[in-house]
Amino acid sequence: MGKVRVGVFVCHCGSNIGGTVRVPEVVEYARGLPAVRYAEHNLYTCSDAGLTSIKKKIAEHGLNRVVVASCTPRTHEELFRRACEEAGLNRYLFEFVNLREHCSWIHMREPDAATAKAKDLVRMGVAKAALLEPLEAARAKVTPVSLVIGGGAAGLAAAGALAQQGFRVHLVERSDRLGGLAISLWRLLPGDRPAAEIVGVLEREVKATGNVQIHLRTVVEDVSGFVGAFKVRLASPDGPAEFEVGTIIVATGARELEPLGLYRWRELEGVMTQLELERALSSGRTRYGDAVFINCAGAREPGRTYCGRLCCAVAIKNARYLKESDPDARVTVLQRDVMAFGAEFEGEYRRAMEAGVRFVRYSPSLLPEIVGDASVKAVRVRHDLMGRDIEIPAQIVVLTTPLASHADSGELSRMLKVPLDADGFFLEAHMKLRPVEFATDGVFVAGAARFPADIREAVSQGIAAAAKAAAPMYAGEVIVEATTARTDPRACSGCGSCEAVCPFGAVTVAQDAKGRPVSSVNAVVCKGCGACAAACPCGAVQQQGFTEQQILEMVESLAFGREEAP
Amino acid sequence: MTASFEPRILVFACNWCSYAGADMAGVSRFQMPPNCRVVRVMCSARIKPDQILAALTRGIDAVVVLGCHPGDCHYAEGNYHTRRRALVLDALLATLGVEKERFQVRWISAAEGAKFAAAIREVIDTVRDLGPNPLGRSHGTQAS
Repeated sequence: MGKVRVGVFVCHCGSNIGGTVRVPEVVEYARGLPAVRYAEHNLYTCSDAGLTSIKKKIAEHGLNRVVVASCTPRTHEELFRRACEEAGLNRYLFEFVNLREHCSWIHMREPDAATAKAKDLVRMGVAKAALLEPLEAARAKVTPVSLVIGGGAAGLAAAGALAQQGFRVHLVERSDRLGGLAISLWRLLPGDRPAAEIVGVLEREVKATGNVQIHLRTVVEDVSGFVGAFKVRLASPDGPAEFEVGTIIVATGARELEPLGLYRWRELEGVMTQLELERALSSGRTRYGDAVFINCAGAREPGRTYCGRLCCAVAIKNARYLKESDPDARVTVLQRDVMAFGAEFEGEYRRAMEAGVRFVRYSPSLLPEIVGDASVKAVRVRHDLMGRDIEIPAQIVVLTTPLASHADSGELSRMLKVPLDADGFFLEAHMKLRPVEFATDGVFVAGAARFPADIREAVSQGIAAAAKAAAPMYAGEVIVEATTARTDPRACSGCGSCEAVCPFGAVTVAQDAKGRPVSSVNAVVCKGCGACAAACPCGAVQQQGFTEQQILEMVESLAFGREEAP
Repeated sequence: MTASFEPRILVFACNWCSYAGADMAGVSRFQMPPNCRVVRVMCSARIKPDQILAALTRGIDAVVVLGCHPGDCHYAEGNYHTRRRALVLDALLATLGVEKERFQVRWISAAEGAKFAAAIREVIDTVRDLGPNPLGRSHGTQAS
């Protein structure tokens, strides 16, 4: 690259910086810094005039590093990088110094101190700039095919939305039919429509596109690669299948928690779960006699602290069905708190009370007890509001358990290098801003795989995940950040610390031609956090744009720089 | 320790939360003493204990590492690495006789401009009371 020639452009930002920091003095100071060949100040460096000046001075003075001291890189870095690029300079030979948010605006009554600090910041920026190297962003082609794992409501919605946009989809379902957990339900709130009917609509939409290949009784056995080119291996009774996809949507759903060891389930006749009741209702049995529902069975207690959030609505729905189909029966719901969120569920709660369902609060410190020898006779419970023990006759007891994550979600999590939360549900990249994305590019999540979701939520999330997955497939290629990590194989000892800390699976230690373990970074997968560079005991792994030397240079420039001032 | 001592403090801030939080402090015009210099890194996990020691042995009076709140890391788990490394470095600094206030890790979100300003003011006040960094004196001649 030859001799380093730095150009410094200091911005007044109208009076935003110039009203506090003595900008001409900072420019004068910059001119005296080592390697600085040119420095000027601009009223607004981001204006046309400012950008044109940068480009002109790059050519006139043969500048090969540019430092702009103005506002924040979070809003203006791209603009100045582009100006460098337009002048024929690699965009990564640019360094930003923040004199507005981090200086003039926070030291408004101290012009002397703010000016001295601005000089420090410019000197540190120049010190780093001198060590910048040209970088190239990696590009990767994206195969316009998606893999949707799970054929429930979320998976069907996602597959349908992608297929309608013309993308081919492999829809993998491990059971022998589509529909997921919903297919086992009787009727759905709100609206009381049969679950099978709703799921049937989703299924027909998927099939009508002609773009979805459905793999039943199939599991994903292995996934390797990265966004744009995931290599997938499936296993099914018909034999294995292998293909490449550009994106993956996880829609594996959840399961009803089995209340093992709770309330004498599977010990007494008449004790059943909500799902078992739904199946019985689906089979046509309507009369059950006196019924007691026990909510929060296995939930909101040590070991499983979360609220299943949908279970209350399920209990409300089924209690009302039982009361309406057998008005003489006494139907009681034992609850700790009723979570009937939203207008519809709150309406359903009222509807159930009006139909004659009783809601009785119990305390988690005094759990209800089931009375009976071979079959259920009654439930004994401390009525929390009356503070008195009562006994409620019952022919059946329905246990309302929360949805829980699949026991084998850990396997898929490791395969796809995406995280799970403490309860085994898949964890998205950001709970507010990126709710259907994983931090791993090209992999998305929808439905109860993330957290208990009703059909409305599962379908919305499926469509959302499809929209996110479609973006790189429309673009046809992904351009990834260039400030990625890189290993110098000569310095690497093969210890694997880098591989261990990488949350994206971008770093691998493998044997080189001489059989020596050496780390290498896949630039397409690397997100440029630098965790591996910090973990490396040999200094072999460096994060480009934030190298050891660059950071140290800034530190030394701050520590020793004052004496060098002109 | 003289009354006029003004500490020099180096702040490493992650790009996604804390640097943005510092920006927010600026946008909100929260005023603070001019003793800190913020260096941007993409993730707090980029910061190596060596770099903190380098700053302290070169006479910087305190180093503050700022990252996203636990659970909010842009890179999923970077700040957990930061937290673990800090524990080890704390122990090392203690054996070197460096006051624990000279190396601090804090979590600042992109929205927490006020928290950033409060943290910076607090660190400056604390370190001003401590006086010059004792490690810095041993390194007086190594300017390169």
